[in-house]
Amino acid sequence: MIVSVASGKGGTGKTSLAVNLAISIENAQLLDCDVEEPNAHLLLNPKITCREPVYRLVPLVNEELCDYCGKCAAFCQYNAILTALGKILVFPELCHGCGGCSLICPKKAIGEGKNRIGVIKEGFTDDLRIVFGELEVGEPMAVPLIREVKKRLDKGRNVILDAPPGTSCPMIETVKGSDFCILVTEPTPFGLHDLKITVKVLEYMKIPHGVVVNRSGIGDKKVYEYCEEKGIPILLEIPYQRKIAELYSKGIPFSLKMPEWINKFQKLFEDVKELLGK
Amino acid sequence: MKQITILSGKGGTGKTTITATFVVLAKKAVVADCDVDAPDLHMLLHPEIIETKEFRGSKIAVINETKCVKCGVCREKCRFDAITQNFTVDPFSCEGCGVCTIVCPVNAVTLTERISGYAYISKIKYGFMAHALLNPGESNSGKLVTIVRQNAKLLAEKEKNNLIIIDGPPGIGCPVIASVTGVDAGLVVTEPTMSGIHDLERALRLLRHFNVRPFVCVNMYDVNEENTNKISRFCEENGVEVVGKIPFNPVVTEAMVNRKTVMEYSPKCDVAKEIEAIWNKLCTELSLR
Repeated sequence: MIVSVASGKGGTGKTSLAVNLAISIENAQLLDCDVEEPNAHLLLNPKITCREPVYRLVPLVNEELCDYCGKCAAFCQYNAILTALGKILVFPELCHGCGGCSLICPKKAIGEGKNRIGVIKEGFTDDLRIVFGELEVGEPMAVPLIREVKKRLDKGRNVILDAPPGTSCPMIETVKGSDFCILVTEPTPFGLHDLKITVKVLEYMKIPHGVVVNRSGIGDKKVYEYCEEKGIPILLEIPYQRKIAELYSKGIPFSLKMPEWINKFQKLFEDVKELLGK
Repeated sequence: MKQITILSGKGGTGKTTITATFVVLAKKAVVADCDVDAPDLHMLLHPEIIETKEFRGSKIAVINETKCVKCGVCREKCRFDAITQNFTVDPFSCEGCGVCTIVCPVNAVTLTERISGYAYISKIKYGFMAHALLNPGESNSGKLVTIVRQNAKLLAEKEKNNLIIIDGPPGIGCPVIASVTGVDAGLVVTEPTMSGIHDLERALRLLRHFNVRPFVCVNMYDVNEENTNKISRFCEENGVEVVGKIPFNPVVTEAMVNRKTVMEYSPKCDVAKEIEAIWNKLCTELSLR
C-alpha cells in the first residue's frame, strides 16, 4: 500500500506524522519527497547506504552548426532558449528538459548536457527503509528530483510518502499514484483554508483521503465541521502538548518516548486499509 | 523603492503572522502575498478586490481521438510520462512542452492554453495588496509569483509608496526564488527545532546565492532555548543578524481565529511588542524612515 502525507499549509506536522507512522508499522519504507527542505532524516538519523547525484537534461548548443534560425526558441514553451542577431542563449534554470529543441533543430545543432540538481540518499533505521532527496540550493525545479526519489519506491513494503507543503506541482508529483492520502491540518483558519484547497486537488485526482488533526485543542472547531459536512473521515487527533513540541524540537519522534502512541499509529494505518477495503 | 521578503524554508514558522503585523506597523505599504498555492494573508488583512486577471501559466496537450492512429510515438518521446495507455493526456503529468505535437506523424496533438489561476489587486485598510490564487494542482507558481510582484511594483509606483512587503512561500524552489530575486532584504523566520535550524541554513544559502541581505528572527524561541542559542551562535558565526526572538503565545492563534493581526487583536502582548521591535530594527537597517 502507498500512503502519502500532505497538507496545503506548511508546518502542520506532516513529517512528524509520516515518521511516527513509519516507525510504528512493520515493513515500512519512507520516501521524503520534500526535497526543498527534507526533514524526516533529522528525526530518524538513518545509516546512509547509498548516495547518488541527480541530473536533469538541458540543451547544449553546437554553435558551429547553428544558423540561428530561431525554430528552437519559437518551440520552447518555457522561454529557455533565445536567438537573436547571430546569437543563441540558453537559460538552464527555465528549462524543463523536454528535449523538444533538439528534436526540432533542422541543423542537428542541439544536443543535451547534464545539470546537477541534487542528490538522493538511501538508508535505514532499524528495519525502516528511508529514501530522501536534497535539492541543490538555487535550483528552482523540485519535480525532477521528486520523480527520482519515487523511482526508488519499493512496492513490496508499506510505503509512506512525505509531501512538500502547498498544492502545486511538487505536491502533485508526490501524491500521484498513492492509494490514500492523509491530510495533516491544524484546527485554525489557516489550517482549514489550506485543507480545503488540498481536498479539491485530491478530489480532482480521485485519491481517497482522510484527515489527521494536529495540535487539537488550539484554534476553533471549524475543521471538524468542514470534515463532517464533506464526509471526510478524521483518522486521528494529536493534541497540542508541550511535551510533543519539545520532543519534535529536539529531533525525537514523540512515539519513541510516549509509547502509548505506537498503537494509535498502528490503528491509523489499519483504519486506512479498512477504508480502502484492503 | 525598497522590497523585503519574509521567508522560512520550513513551513508554518509564522511568516504570515509576522508579515501581517508588519503591514499594520508600516501604516502605508504595498504588500504582496507570494504564497500563491496556499495563500493565507488575506484572512488577516481582508482585501477588497479591485481588479482580477486570469493567469494562463501553462498549456496542456490535447489528442484528437479521430485523428490518432495510436502509434505510440508521443508516449515514447514524452519525458513526463503524460500520455496514458489509452492515448489520453494525464493533466497532472503534462508540462505543456509540445514535444508530442511535433513527433505525431498524423498531427493529432495540439497544445491548448489553460487558465491556471487568478491574480488580484486589492485595497486593504493599510494600503494595497497584490495577491493571487493558483488553481489547485496547477504548475508554474513561479510565473504567477512574478506577476504578483510586478503588480505590487506598479501599485507602489502609482501610490508613490517606497516599500513592498512580500510574504514568501515555504521551501527553496521556484516560487521562493521568484519571491527573493532582486529584493533588498530577506527576513528568515525560523523556529528552535532541528528542522527549523536545518531549513534556516538552506534558506540563508539561498539568500546568499541571490545576493540578498539576510536577517533572522526566531519564532516561539522559548519552546527550546538551547536550540535558540544554537541558532544565535550559528548566525553570529556567519555574520547574519538575529533581529528578534518571539515568544510562544496562544494569543497568535486567538488573533487568527478572530481574523485579526496580533497588533490589532492584542497590541500590548509580548508577541506584538517583539514584532514591533523587529520592525523598528529593519526600518533602521534599511533606512526606511
